[in-house]
Amino acid sequence: MSSSDWVADFLDRLSPDIAVIQIDIPSFKLWQIESHAWQRFAELAMQQNLRWAAGWAEQMQNRFFINAGFENHGEYILLRTIINSSNPELPSQATVYPAANRSERHTQDMFGIKFIGHPDNRRWTRHQGWIETNYPLRKDFPVQGTPVGITPPDVDYPFIKSHGAGVYEIPVGPVHAGIIEPGHFRFQAVGELILNLEERLGYVHKGIEKIAEGREPESLARLAGRVSGDTTVGHCWAACMAMEQAADVKIPPRASLIRGILAERERVANHMGDMGAICNDVAFVFGQMQFTRLRELWLRTNAKVFGHRLLMDKIVPGGVACDLSDESCALIKKDLAELRAELTEVILALDLNTSLEDRLYTAGFLSEETAAAFGTVGYVGRASGQDKDVRRDAPYAPYDQVTVKVSVENQGDIASRFWVRYKETRAALRLMENFIDRLDAGDLRTEWQVPPTGSEGLGIVEGWRGEIISHVRFDADNKIARFYPRDPSQLNWPALEKLVLNNIVPDFPVCNKSVNCSYSGNDL
Amino acid sequence: MLRLFKKILTTGVVTEPFKAPKDDELEQLGIQIKRQIDRHFSGSIAIRQVDAGSCNGCELEIHALNNPFYDIERFGVHFVASPRHADVLLVTGPVSRHMQSALLRTYEATPNPKWVVAAGDCAACGGEFGVSYASCGAVANVIPVDMVISGCPPTPLALMKGLLGLMDARK
Repeated sequence: MSSSDWVADFLDRLSPDIAVIQIDIPSFKLWQIESHAWQRFAELAMQQNLRWAAGWAEQMQNRFFINAGFENHGEYILLRTIINSSNPELPSQATVYPAANRSERHTQDMFGIKFIGHPDNRRWTRHQGWIETNYPLRKDFPVQGTPVGITPPDVDYPFIKSHGAGVYEIPVGPVHAGIIEPGHFRFQAVGELILNLEERLGYVHKGIEKIAEGREPESLARLAGRVSGDTTVGHCWAACMAMEQAADVKIPPRASLIRGILAERERVANHMGDMGAICNDVAFVFGQMQFTRLRELWLRTNAKVFGHRLLMDKIVPGGVACDLSDESCALIKKDLAELRAELTEVILALDLNTSLEDRLYTAGFLSEETAAAFGTVGYVGRASGQDKDVRRDAPYAPYDQVTVKVSVENQGDIASRFWVRYKETRAALRLMENFIDRLDAGDLRTEWQVPPTGSEGLGIVEGWRGEIISHVRFDADNKIARFYPRDPSQLNWPALEKLVLNNIVPDFPVCNKSVNCSYSGNDL
Repeated sequence: MLRLFKKILTTGVVTEPFKAPKDDELEQLGIQIKRQIDRHFSGSIAIRQVDAGSCNGCELEIHALNNPFYDIERFGVHFVASPRHADVLLVTGPVSRHMQSALLRTYEATPNPKWVVAAGDCAACGGEFGVSYASCGAVANVIPVDMVISGCPPTPLALMKGLLGLMDARK
């Protein structure tokens, strides 16, 4: 079924139940409904096989806009309802879509909006940093808040309990044993077997959405580049795309090709880091050393060509802040050829190794059904049969000029997630060559236009972890009124809780690494 | 298996020689405690890394210190899993309010004598996030800091210079 077919079909299905007002915005489909139909819409969307992709709220004087993003066949619908701030409640979509669960809890904590019938309305983003009756994203909440000297730990969080002979709990974190981000994991186990895992995140909540308000575009791009440090290109691109949409700024072709090269370089760097780390977590040091070596060489080329190892602040509103000389293009191409040859050698050595197979095959299994139910994206979804990639399904420049090969596996285990990364790395190398060949002389940046007050944009890109959705609304005078970035991790974290079940506790690190969600991108 | 050994042999040793920072560079790092560390730790330090709210950019570069190019362990610098085993806390990020208590507890759990290195612009001054309802800003706003390594994120070389500056690497 082509995309236009299902949209018309879906509107027909909705019509007896729900009055949909289609708001005319050129860049995306915006549908507005009454708040009482919020849950009913989700039920019908589920029947239509729509994927729940994002949820966030905005305050407009004494009203709240509640937004939810749905996707099918690369077509996105932004659903909106408007409620009065005097009685901020509406029916929950989390009862229908488990993916909406934490998102609604975030909105509940940040705006004080009640989702009626929510299956789990415990606090999520809020620990003890502010009191329960304060809501940081309301406009009357000052950005400095009213913090106490030392914010107490959130010791009374009502974790799920288990009882019975032989069942015990393992609390882990927020400070972990490795060099990784902070978060708390609560395991219930019998012997070595994991019965249940509950994630408690929010430790690195640093108020990104709040401090985005009032910024100008360049400053927002810098902040977006630090939503999750490993995805600086992805988030920066999504935020800039949203701002450019709102301001109706079209970026030059050369800039879009360079953005593509930056994004693919970020994908390759992270995939190599992850493949090495997966090997390391099963004590296969050869793999770790080889992949970290290749990653380091890759980052050094980044530094040489773009002036930053992680490519921060290279994407700016209206274009890019870096250029590629013919020399640099030649250097990158030489690098690509060398990496290809090295990867082939390393992967053959890994592929035939039985001890690696023993640890990675069948471990951390995520079924296709569970992946679909949680709307899992990126390599985690694709390793469990979710054939989705924004670059192919909803192509944006420069991906609209090329064929993007999407690797999908259906084994759903750690080995699958490893192989999907490997195949994506190879595909990214081809894409980069393709982009370099298409580079023509031209501008790097379009002059910025101040967008009209209240204009909004939706940036959707395929970051290295998966689909990123960024929403931006402008206030008067080029100032940001609202910024919401949905990192792929927000959809993939719940999948980790499911895929570790019935694995042994010592396999948790490698299960976790095979998913490698961002804590910072989740906590915001 | 033969392929594996072949790859190891053909890769060879990629670890790079590293020049210890010169005196003026050390001064730039603001190190006045170097002698003390030499005395207490005999030129070897155990580091507990604490992400107190970073975007994970600094962690990526701290990870790189263990790759075969930098191989920081050859200088007696190693990362440990518990603050109880640590001489140095390497703290990144603006300290989020939700991590404030955890960072304080980690600091208290680290035995004396101990040193705190704030790595990255956020840890140094709050960076892009500053002080807000959710962020305490710089690490020094929460625990005493002995040395700052700036950069967004600091490169592995900058981190290495900073950390080796803590010891007498020129021996």
